[in-house]
Amino acid sequence: MVVDTVLWSRLVTALTLSFHVIFATIGVAIPLMISIAEFVGIRKKDAHYTLMARRWTRGFVISVAVGVVTGTAIALQLSLVWPNFMQLAGNVVALPLFMEVFAFFFEAIFLGIYLYTWERFRNPYLHWLLTIPVVLGASMSAFFITTVNGFMNQPDGFVMEAGHFSAVHPLQAMFNDATPSKVFHVLTSAYMTGAALLAAVAAFSMLRKGITEYKKKALKLTMAILLLFSFLTAIAGDTSAKFLAEHQPEKLAAAEWHFETEKGADLIFLGWLNAERDIIGAIHIPKALSFLAFSDFNAEVTGLNEFPADEQPPLIVHYMFDFMVGIGFALLAVSAFYFLLLFWKKRNELNKWMLRVIALGAPLAFLGVEMGWFYAEMGRQPWMIRGYLRVEDAATTSPSIFILFFVFLLLYILLGTMCVLVLRRLFRDNPAEVELEKAAKTKQEALAAQSAEHAGEKEGEPSV
Amino acid sequence: MSYEIVGISVLWIFLYGYLIVASIDFGAGFFAFYARLTGKDHLINRLISRYLSPVWEITNVFFVFFFVGLVGFFPDAAHYYGSSLLVPGSIAIILLAIRGSFYAFENYGSKKNIVFLFLYGATGLLIPASLSVALVLSEGGFITETNGVVTLDYLELFTSPLAWSIVALALTAVLFISSSFLAFYASRADDQPALELMRGYALFWSTPTIIAAFTAFLYLSQHNVRHFQNMMNLWWLLGLSVIFFLIVLWLLYKGRRYGWMFIAVMLQFLCAFFAYGIGHYPYILDPYITVQGGATQEAMGIALVVVFIAGLLLLIPSLALVFRLFLFDADYVKGKK
Repeated sequence: MVVDTVLWSRLVTALTLSFHVIFATIGVAIPLMISIAEFVGIRKKDAHYTLMARRWTRGFVISVAVGVVTGTAIALQLSLVWPNFMQLAGNVVALPLFMEVFAFFFEAIFLGIYLYTWERFRNPYLHWLLTIPVVLGASMSAFFITTVNGFMNQPDGFVMEAGHFSAVHPLQAMFNDATPSKVFHVLTSAYMTGAALLAAVAAFSMLRKGITEYKKKALKLTMAILLLFSFLTAIAGDTSAKFLAEHQPEKLAAAEWHFETEKGADLIFLGWLNAERDIIGAIHIPKALSFLAFSDFNAEVTGLNEFPADEQPPLIVHYMFDFMVGIGFALLAVSAFYFLLLFWKKRNELNKWMLRVIALGAPLAFLGVEMGWFYAEMGRQPWMIRGYLRVEDAATTSPSIFILFFVFLLLYILLGTMCVLVLRRLFRDNPAEVELEKAAKTKQEALAAQSAEHAGEKEGEPSV
Repeated sequence: MSYEIVGISVLWIFLYGYLIVASIDFGAGFFAFYARLTGKDHLINRLISRYLSPVWEITNVFFVFFFVGLVGFFPDAAHYYGSSLLVPGSIAIILLAIRGSFYAFENYGSKKNIVFLFLYGATGLLIPASLSVALVLSEGGFITETNGVVTLDYLELFTSPLAWSIVALALTAVLFISSSFLAFYASRADDQPALELMRGYALFWSTPTIIAAFTAFLYLSQHNVRHFQNMMNLWWLLGLSVIFFLIVLWLLYKGRRYGWMFIAVMLQFLCAFFAYGIGHYPYILDPYITVQGGATQEAMGIALVVVFIAGLLLLIPSLALVFRLFLFDADYVKGKK
């Protein structure tokens, strides 16, 4: 049997990455949420927020465990599945890859300390301080890896000589043209997705088990974070589009089915193509593509036909692009609408439909992240390193890659199922309210033991 | 000193670090399972999870660190090892995945589940066995390149006595290092029953370890004469290793000074590991990759060394904090915190 090793290599990597990116996104975003919740809890002296930080951390640890596993897998697969890519590009991008491991190391150390030291510090701010290296480590990991992806799109910092990279400038390769917009986009969308996830958990729990004070606070906090970061993500997306128009026009053109170079180009939403590559049934927004690309309704946008046929990305990326953008704006709209209802006193921001939409936000946000990455990777085709190394020249030649696809598929199904089961077991019979009562009880008992006159004292509940 | 020498030294030190911390972790998995089978789990499992829960991610990162560093300093390694190890490397990923998920489960007391405990124990032996194969391959003769296509000769590998003796050494060393560490940890926790049990395991595994080491050395002399001769020239390092081993045995037998005992274990493996590594020089993969020929561009090599030093300045204080909180805080070790 002849195995198309290039195709299966791509499938194995797509499989690993699309599974890993779920946990990578959670890994980048949730530490920030935990840090904010713990800080608010200490500032307001409100046990609800502290408990939020604790419960999120407990769930987070499970996803970190899976993320470590899939992260190790992709780190090894880069060399195992794409040996020629690493041999060539390793000379130029080893630095950020190396630093990423450092950043993760740093994060893992402080996460370990954070987890096991809830009761060990007298000053609560000291424990909160431990979240800072975790947040920094997580976000720096994302930064370093994104620079490598930037390099694959905009290779820089070397000279090509006889099939080898020489005169290497590692920092120039890291800070290539694609890095700023990509890092901005990856970080804001990760934080947005993390907030959407936690907001959805609160909304879902309200729908299933009723509204409580704790859930209301959790929803309000996470929706505020969601509003902020979905707004920033929209700006980051705009920055990225403008960057593509200037530096990687074929990628934007493929996403927009923009074939002929023209001034005042339309933005095309959805639709489909017939055999002659005519666009049918799409929504045209006049001159919007020119505006998106250059902030000028009459600017000239390079079309896909300017590029040789064997260097054009697949046209299916159009749908991925549209879904990514659509979901991003939907999340912005939902969070804005929630606050509109909240401040508009007569309306109930916790009505069933609002909660259902928020609960739907989590799967949508993750779908948006997946679509974004599929667009980023398929939009670079046929290149592995744009202009230098084609995908088919980088892949392994071992036919075993075909079987490994199914082995890894099985592994990820098992890991995913287990992760969900563990999380369910962790939270199902242990609602926040019960935990709050328990914590209050132990605290009371401790106080009672200390001195009799403090025994009856209860912690004041700050108003919402 | 040139950057590639610094690079390989750094990597070798990291691999040594991984050898120690990972052996503790892997062996603990086996002992947890074995103790359960023999009905002694109440003695040691709390001790094991008390130490391992905070540090397992750190252990795993040591491995990724070595691997990413190797490919970074010596990109040719990606070509040769990457191409030939697709299948065994993927198996190692899956084993690591099974082990990683055990820790995720372990947080909720599901380790009562015997199947999971079995997987935890089994991967504790299978992972070091599969990783040690990479050391076997580096001796040359198993990976060949013809017309730019790199292949691994499985028949040659599976029938090689050198391969099996190195796997045996890896397994016995894992159990020996792990039990001697857990004996030390039990003594810090003032846990007499656990201490007695682990001391017994450590004494039991000491002799097979040294026998496996000599066997592997013997087969090396047949497989790779150059490497063997180089190691013979480092006889004083090997001799030191044996002396430290005797100190370990004596301290274990007398049952005192467990801290010094474990330091001697670390020194024993340090000497042997470096005698092996220095003897291996200049080859990373005999005969295809040498330290000089396979090194990355100078600018990248220097950048990596600089980052490495900066990273260490950040990590060493952090690791010191971990050790102070979890390893040397007597109250934590005793389970009062």
